[in-house]
Amino acid sequence: MNLQNFFFGVYPYIALTVFIVGSWIRYDNEQYTWKTDSSLLLSKRYMWVASNLFHVGILAIFGGHFAGLVLPHAFWIALGVSDLDHQWLAIVAGSVFGTMCLIGGGILWLRRMFNARVRAASRTMDVFIITWLMITLLLGLSTLPVSIGHANHGDPGVMLALSGWVQSILTLNPQPALLDAVEPVFRLHMFFGMTVFLLFPFSRLVHIWTAPISYLGRAYQIVRTKRQVKAA
Amino acid sequence: MKIRAQFAMVFNLDKCIGCHTCSVTCKNVWSNRKGIEYAWFNNVESKPGIGYPKQWENQEKWKGGWEKVNGKLELKAGGRLKKIVQIFANPNMPEIDDYYEPFTYDYARLQNAPLSEATPTARPVSQITGQKMDKITWGPNWEDDLAGEFAARAQDANFANMQKEMYKQFENTFHLYLPRICNHCINPACVASCPSGALYKREEDGIVLADQDRCRGWRMCISGCPYKKVFFNWESSKAEKCIGCYPRVESGLPTVCSESCVGRIRYNGIILYDADKLLDAASTDNEQDLYKAHLDLFVDPYDPVIIAQALKDGVPQTWIDAAQKSPIYKMAVEWKIAFPLHPEFRTLPMIWYVPPLSPVQSQIDQKTLPTEADGVIPKAEAMRLPVQYLANLLTAGKTEYITGALNRLLAMRSYMRSIHVEGKPDVGPLTRAGIDENIAKEMYRYLAIANYEDRFVVPTAHEEIRLDDYHAFQGQNGFTFGNDSSTGITRNSLFPERRKESAEPREPAPLAGPRE
Repeated sequence: MNLQNFFFGVYPYIALTVFIVGSWIRYDNEQYTWKTDSSLLLSKRYMWVASNLFHVGILAIFGGHFAGLVLPHAFWIALGVSDLDHQWLAIVAGSVFGTMCLIGGGILWLRRMFNARVRAASRTMDVFIITWLMITLLLGLSTLPVSIGHANHGDPGVMLALSGWVQSILTLNPQPALLDAVEPVFRLHMFFGMTVFLLFPFSRLVHIWTAPISYLGRAYQIVRTKRQVKAA
Repeated sequence: MKIRAQFAMVFNLDKCIGCHTCSVTCKNVWSNRKGIEYAWFNNVESKPGIGYPKQWENQEKWKGGWEKVNGKLELKAGGRLKKIVQIFANPNMPEIDDYYEPFTYDYARLQNAPLSEATPTARPVSQITGQKMDKITWGPNWEDDLAGEFAARAQDANFANMQKEMYKQFENTFHLYLPRICNHCINPACVASCPSGALYKREEDGIVLADQDRCRGWRMCISGCPYKKVFFNWESSKAEKCIGCYPRVESGLPTVCSESCVGRIRYNGIILYDADKLLDAASTDNEQDLYKAHLDLFVDPYDPVIIAQALKDGVPQTWIDAAQKSPIYKMAVEWKIAFPLHPEFRTLPMIWYVPPLSPVQSQIDQKTLPTEADGVIPKAEAMRLPVQYLANLLTAGKTEYITGALNRLLAMRSYMRSIHVEGKPDVGPLTRAGIDENIAKEMYRYLAIANYEDRFVVPTAHEEIRLDDYHAFQGQNGFTFGNDSSTGITRNSLFPERRKESAEPREPAPLAGPRE
């Protein structure tokens, strides 16, 4: 097996398995460790700007990757979005939200590294994961000129190859060969991105799983009882 | 009607000497760990003063508690959707410097310093960064005994509607101690603010707790509590708060802050209230009527109808007995000498306060102070503490309630003085204050003598409502690694063997039969 086959035929499954099983084990066994690890108490300065830009940016980027890579090609065609329009949409959205994420994440990274209080309260993984995310982001942003080049030549081939590969992975029919013509910067970005999934269960990122959406429909007051409440 | 029991307290401010024994015992028992060293579940503030954390009473700044929006009760910081939108960076979150940067001292230096001309000093060290601090500029009790200039403590929100400049003058200075813990509110804003549902009120005793397993550190409770009594542990990223010493209370003991109080100012007891009425009470239109509405929530533990309903709602008989003997009911409802702290926050707090009398003996001796007929006890409105200030603290600014309570307390003193000093009881003051001799004597017993068994009426918890075989629980929850004491959340577990409820009743041993 060559490296290409390992990283784009096997590694995605390792990352996804660790991501899902690891999260499950941690949720099951270590509820106490499942948290945001917020450092807002220690330093509030710039946090309104930084944290909002970072979170909105990264959530939109995740949504964009999902829409562009995971949703089937036929879905976009049915919507009347041509491949080239699709690629331009991805370029624009990626630039906007990528820049938001870069500014916000950049401030968060600087704060994490150089604010004495935040640094003192940081675990190794806290420093590592924000650094890793920022490298992944920078690699993702540096694919933009390449994509713009392809789009200017009216060639959505790379985009289609990438989405074809993602779907080949998710349909358990891995085709690393699809990536033969894809530029190395994409592949590097993909390696870093897949590794985020691998690191996910071992980092503070797990708080994403428990985004408190259910709060929107909940009664304000919560009363717990010791009485044995028999299931109906 | 739905009757619930609430573990409640009264603090008699008249006898608080500001010794901080409560704070120190509480800290030594519950909050001496890393990450929570800045947090004082119990603290004693010098009033007037901006308090701990800075300006906690100013809800225009912190947006804690509730307010009425278009006739409906809503969290002051905004509803659920606004909370979710603000979750990435809570704009109302206090920063560590609003409390203070926790510090210790480099004590080792005193022993390790090389021989030198000057005495070595122990410099302060930050407990967050471990770095030396140049200067400590704020602490948990920075304003102790009116320390600092008047302009700083005049920022106290309780000076609202008052001509505060006159209290700058030395002759007019006033001062009281305000010990504060979590109020274990009937309508807690922290619980309502928690996006993950980690905070909850216990049905049996009303103690408000933060589930450490369920808490995700979204930080909304920290700003939601108008008393700023939920703290963020920066090491564990979890909310921590006063737990009402529930392991003690369940065993029938008073809380550790109450037990250790040298002034015997703290009263622990059970009070029964009608849970069906709490939303209406908290939604009272005029905030000056909230105290009255709160009072009306409480029900008479001697009323046979109430007792029958309470038993039906699962309140054990021993708790009803305790509610009848409760010092809380006597002080809050029967004598009306105790008041909730800042009822206008609309959380229906359950730590109530007896207002202080602030004796001014030298002024009386010089006959410059109007007194009662006995010529010794000063009139309530003539006391050093402005009644308006106490009213801003305890009754949303309405002075009548406070004056009435002070008059009853003074009348009791005047009456007891006539017995002990003059040798013949004078009921005149009592009649004017609207109380009788029996009440005065009982007030004297509870407030002045303050016997242990009168102050603390704490019934034990009833584990049998949770476990069929509760003795089997003994010894099952000792020191372990992992989360063995958690009952967990998911039913679908990867490890079903470990996912049992922590309380695992053993098979009862078979009864011994006849020998074969």
